[in-house]
Amino acid sequence: MTKLLQTLLVIFCFGFTTSYSQTINGTVLDETGQSMIGAAVRIQGTTIGMTTNLDGKFSIAAPKEGTNIIEISFIGYQKETRSVNVKKGQTADLNIKMVPNGNNLNEVVVIGYGSTEKKDLTGAVASVNSKDFLKGNITTPEQLISGKVAGVQITPNGGSPGSGSTIRIRGGSSLNASNDPLIVIDGVPLANDGIAGSPNPLSLINPNDIENMTILKDASATAIYGSRASNGVIIITTKKGKTDNFKVEFNSANSVASVTRLVDVLSADEFRNIIKSTNDSNKIKLMGNANTNWQKEIYRTAISSDNLLNFSGGIKNLPYRLSLGYLNQNGVLITDNMKRGTANLNISKSFFQDHLKVEVNQKATLSNSTFANQGAIGAAISFDPTQEIRTNSNRFGGYFEWLNGKNPNALAVRNPIGLIEQRLDQSQVFRNIGNLQVDYKFHFLPELRANLNVGYDISRSNGTVTVTDSAASNYFSNSKGQFAPYIQNRDNKLLEFYLNYKKELKKIKSVIDVIGGYSYQDWYFSSPNIRSLQGNLDTIPGTLAPVFPFALSQNTLVSFYGRLNYTFNGKYLFTGTLRDDGSSRFSKSARWGLFPSAAFAWRIIEEKPFKKMKHLSDLKLRLGYGVTGQQDVGVNFNYLPIYSKSENTAQYQFGNQFFYTLRPSRYDEAFKWESTTTYNGGIDYGFFKGRINGSIDLYYKKTQDLIAEIDVPAGTNFNNRVLTNVGSVENKGVEFIINTVPIAKKDLEWTFGFNITANKNKILALSRFTSDTAIGNLVGGIAGGVGNTIQINTVGQQINTFYVYEQKYDSNGKPIEIGDTSSTGAIYTDKDAYQDRNGDGKINSADLYRHKNPAPKFFIGINSQVTFKNWTFGILARGSFGNYMYRNVASNTGNRNSLLPASPTLSNGSSDILNSQFRAPQYFSDYYIQKAWFVRVDNINIGYSFGRILKNKVNLRVFATIQNAFLITKYKGVDPEIFNGIDNNLYPRPRIFSLGVNIQI
Amino acid sequence: MKNQILLVLGIVSLIGLFPGCVKDLDRQPYNLETSLTVYEKPENYIHVLAKCYAGLAVSGQSGPAGNADLVGIDEGFSQYLRQFWQLQELPTDEAVIAWNDGTIQELNKMTWSSRNEFVTVLYNRIMYQITLCNEFIRQSEESRLNDRGFSEADKSKIAKYRSEARFLKALSMFHGLDLYGNIPNTSDETKFPGGEFPEQFTKTALFNYIEKELLEVEGLISSRTESEYGRANKSAVQMLLAKLYLNAKVFTGTERNTDALTYSNKILNSGSYSLEPTYRHLFFADNNNSNEIIFPICFDGTRTKTYGGTTYLVHAPVGGPTWFAADSFGISAGGWFGLRTTSGLYDKFTDSTADGRYLFFTSGHTKEIATLATFTNGYGVRKFRNINKDLSKGSDPVNFADIDFPLFRLAEVYLTYAEATVRGGAGGDIGTAVSYINQLRERAYGNSNANITAANLTLDFILDERAKELYWEGHRRTDLIRFGKFTGGSYIWPWKGGVSSGTSVADNYNLYPIPFADITANPNLKQNSGY
Repeated sequence: MTKLLQTLLVIFCFGFTTSYSQTINGTVLDETGQSMIGAAVRIQGTTIGMTTNLDGKFSIAAPKEGTNIIEISFIGYQKETRSVNVKKGQTADLNIKMVPNGNNLNEVVVIGYGSTEKKDLTGAVASVNSKDFLKGNITTPEQLISGKVAGVQITPNGGSPGSGSTIRIRGGSSLNASNDPLIVIDGVPLANDGIAGSPNPLSLINPNDIENMTILKDASATAIYGSRASNGVIIITTKKGKTDNFKVEFNSANSVASVTRLVDVLSADEFRNIIKSTNDSNKIKLMGNANTNWQKEIYRTAISSDNLLNFSGGIKNLPYRLSLGYLNQNGVLITDNMKRGTANLNISKSFFQDHLKVEVNQKATLSNSTFANQGAIGAAISFDPTQEIRTNSNRFGGYFEWLNGKNPNALAVRNPIGLIEQRLDQSQVFRNIGNLQVDYKFHFLPELRANLNVGYDISRSNGTVTVTDSAASNYFSNSKGQFAPYIQNRDNKLLEFYLNYKKELKKIKSVIDVIGGYSYQDWYFSSPNIRSLQGNLDTIPGTLAPVFPFALSQNTLVSFYGRLNYTFNGKYLFTGTLRDDGSSRFSKSARWGLFPSAAFAWRIIEEKPFKKMKHLSDLKLRLGYGVTGQQDVGVNFNYLPIYSKSENTAQYQFGNQFFYTLRPSRYDEAFKWESTTTYNGGIDYGFFKGRINGSIDLYYKKTQDLIAEIDVPAGTNFNNRVLTNVGSVENKGVEFIINTVPIAKKDLEWTFGFNITANKNKILALSRFTSDTAIGNLVGGIAGGVGNTIQINTVGQQINTFYVYEQKYDSNGKPIEIGDTSSTGAIYTDKDAYQDRNGDGKINSADLYRHKNPAPKFFIGINSQVTFKNWTFGILARGSFGNYMYRNVASNTGNRNSLLPASPTLSNGSSDILNSQFRAPQYFSDYYIQKAWFVRVDNINIGYSFGRILKNKVNLRVFATIQNAFLITKYKGVDPEIFNGIDNNLYPRPRIFSLGVNIQI
Repeated sequence: MKNQILLVLGIVSLIGLFPGCVKDLDRQPYNLETSLTVYEKPENYIHVLAKCYAGLAVSGQSGPAGNADLVGIDEGFSQYLRQFWQLQELPTDEAVIAWNDGTIQELNKMTWSSRNEFVTVLYNRIMYQITLCNEFIRQSEESRLNDRGFSEADKSKIAKYRSEARFLKALSMFHGLDLYGNIPNTSDETKFPGGEFPEQFTKTALFNYIEKELLEVEGLISSRTESEYGRANKSAVQMLLAKLYLNAKVFTGTERNTDALTYSNKILNSGSYSLEPTYRHLFFADNNNSNEIIFPICFDGTRTKTYGGTTYLVHAPVGGPTWFAADSFGISAGGWFGLRTTSGLYDKFTDSTADGRYLFFTSGHTKEIATLATFTNGYGVRKFRNINKDLSKGSDPVNFADIDFPLFRLAEVYLTYAEATVRGGAGGDIGTAVSYINQLRERAYGNSNANITAANLTLDFILDERAKELYWEGHRRTDLIRFGKFTGGSYIWPWKGGVSSGTSVADNYNLYPIPFADITANPNLKQNSGY
């Protein structure tokens, strides 16, 4: 009876198609072999389709004889396509097993030295696959996952081509050591060091080649990386060759970028009014007649193109993937450009019935950058808007420059266009990351695996800064113009070897998985010390040859590690890791650091009462603990009493002879690792077969033996401060993720995801002994004056808290300035302007107070994707709340002294002066600390898939994106999203429109 | 099976090829020496000693900036002489500064706290200098040299270096005593690095220590004829003793004018020094040829570069109207629009044309200072100029000065002699004192028209004469304190106490505070009273 009904149903549904005489029948099964009800089946390139019945079966009449391609899709599973050959009037039968996709618990997740299924994870790990990456003009890998992962804050460093981001995983755990996460690409851990001539070392990796990024957040996941893991680990896996079928894919994205927000400076007319109001004829006569918007002059609409051609397949059972990429990105600042060619090759091969696997990865990048002079950004804010860009003079390249007689005024702002056009900073960087991985499953004991990974990461940089000899900017640097070449080589080596034993012991319902390994990493840097020359290649007078021909450094890390994974009854999971790291950065007695971790997970869903719950599809509790280290402190020999030889320009005269000097440097014999202890508790949940899933995590991180630069008791070291292990910092936070699929129909799917992270850090101790009354260390250098800082690190406070005077305001809300006349005619004193917080009757540095900080209290990411037939539409927004910014452009340029410098020039400045009306700069006023909360719609994309075209041979998809689409904020400066909270001459992040095409053959 | 063996062998040999092993963790630095190696070679000692001197002149190992000696502050600000000068001059009637760098205005206004970074950095410089010298003194101890098997010739050379290091240590301790009073007591036995908390000197104990050191060093160090330019000699030691004694009452409560005269006389009787014929040449780029300078801090526009020192002293007073004349200061890059003087100093010069020490720039400036931050408020001073006597430019005509800073010069010995005599010290007579003062005035005026008589030679006259002769040479604060005029209300100058007309200031400002940073780093330290 049911059979009959089904047949009727099929006939009913597809009645009009039954005129075709050939039919495709099939059964759709899930990964466990159960039939799948309601899977969508469709013949590609047509509107013909149906859903599977209660037995997972379908029967479709094929529109043509010969090859038909059918597509089967189901929420939470990867889309399957099958090519079916049906003869006229006949029937073809198919059995299709569906493979779960990323949201599914069986997804394989890469972890340190291995992989595991998502359901078996014990740590806080997030994995993002390429299909979920952000789209558009993305030139540096971390931007692919911006806003996608809770606990990961990715703040772009500006808008120049290839510029990187500041990545923080669960806040920073160090003060002086690096806070950057460890990045491991195809098993090769990268150094955090910058590469000369490259805007950002990560920009030398083509994001298009990346298949997956996995973020290890808590210590139980990262501790296997020991001393490099305190700030989390990002594991990047590139795309691999998989099949024997030869495939060609071509990706092209072409984009147009333009600046949307400029610094709000005085217009030429506003500027004229202010200068005229001074009645200072010497100043007034300096003004010109033009109306130049200098910021508009230095920025442009920039066109970029990113192309990738990729071949994959197998030659005689040798799967390979070769990709060739070419990026040509123009910056919005005129002349700014990066060209990047990448070649990636992956070959893998198995021998002896898969007992031996050999994989070779080669990533080669050649980038050519032209760095525009970013000094022009500040100059454009400050340059007098009443002046023309060019004059009739042929001196100084014809640019208008402030003069003193015939020579440039050394103290004046230089012409922004001249700064850019008269300076050429070009570099060429070659980077090659390669590794050979050999994995051998022992013949006599297949449960035992040996894995050898030998890799390297080398870079060769070569660049030159050339300033033409007519440039006003270098007129006073002793030289006419400048020719400054630089060369830098980095050679980093890696050897990893581990043994892995994995066995299922059915009798005791247990699975054990053990690894033990050894790792050797070595970083070598060399750079010749090259003396700059004049523009005409003559020696610059007053410069002397460098003392050492080369700057060299090398450091080495040797590690032993092990991990045990134990699973009982498929429900109780235990992971324990141990890593012992030895670093050449520490003395023999402090060299080795031991980093343990332990984690426990309970798959509650497997327990009977929960298994029965109809709508619950996943429930897991995770608890983790671990200790990780930090040795990336930037210096290699802090433990050794080193003497450094002076350069030839820092000699001392005895008689008629000059002697170089030998200086003892500060040191700390007992210098050692910083260690961070992390506790993590989390719950993974899923409802409705995973259509609602996510997790919630609570964490607490405490860094001890914090590497900090602190004041030493004067007279006990060769410096006022020493880098030592002292003090402690904590971070605590909560992360919440929810991913949903509100609509899942045949032609319409809507996914929606939201994540939120709250993190709070606190400095717990900063000195050797318990009295922590120290004011702390001043940090956060600002523009304005020399050596001024605006932030402080103090015990009991958040890192980088602003340290300012409390501004007082008059009845009109105008900030009071010393020397102003009040409405009653009194002259304001410093006590009228600033709050005398310690009440000692005077205003001095003892009245500075700690006020707000740049870290957000919480930040969110929202993403949504709608698929309607062949259309896709996606949006991603990020938000940050509770963060504050110091408006440095306003504090430095928004006052009369700055507009009317002492030398005979004029300078423009922030139009904040119209509000503050400050005469003298008030750098340390809390007036300039402003709320910088924001929501940024970072990415909007729309795509259309044409399906198979050109006789089914070509798959074509087109897409369009808008990046940095719009910003909601009350912040008045150019951008509320600046990592260190100091808004000063930021290279503005442009809005980018891209159009792209993806062709697969 | 054969394949498997080959494979295992292959893997093992791959690992073997790789140089990786635990031994590689013993990396040693490139381009650097350690204290274990540096003192093994006798020829290295003079270079370590050179740093003890250079600590007064440069701010790091790169020159002018880079690889700084001190951290936590702009490197140019951390230079010894620059901050010594600022702390000695900015709170006085001799100088004001226009800038807005951190807490620098607290120096003009005498409102500093223990958190003032300029107060902090000079303290750090002084203690750094003492530490450098301590290390050299420790490493050049005779028993250590014997252990290293050095020749007698090398040992006697190094012994001379050691006496100079002891002088340099005493010099910085003297500055510590004068400016901060109660500095930490560190020696060549102080444990490194930061392993212990030094005790605090009392002023008297510090005074006694410096005196004892200098008296010992006097017998060890070379005389001027045995020594060479730039290095400390017997006369430098004697000058420092004379200064110590002249100010003894401030430091210990006891007058030591007789001792001040004894050591002034030693220098005067040696006949080694004579006045530079033309006053202004003392502050020119080629002043290293002057026979008046007893102890200089040496600078060179190409080989001893800094953003402090005399480069600062040439650039900072240039700006505004003088700025157009930057080239005549030998700094074509132009001035820094910072330093001017107050009417307090200017008005002491009653004779603007005849007195060769009148080196002011008035055109385009106002005498009175309405606003500290306005460079043209207050007259300019054009004392330090990076040009040679023949008016040619210094070795770097753009930025960095060749001028050596005359820390001690013969004129100061004359003035010390006169003052100690007037104060009642034995070993001097008024007639000689008058003749010394007149020698200075004859040089300044080019004739004897402005000569004085014994009746003129009062303490107030000497204080004013010191201002006119030694202004902007880092003496003024010490002088005003010795005369009881730095704090309190007996002498008022513009902006004293932070108001333009000047006001009385509390007595605790006679000493700078011990920086908050060290108070919190070293629990043995007590803050100076009033802070």
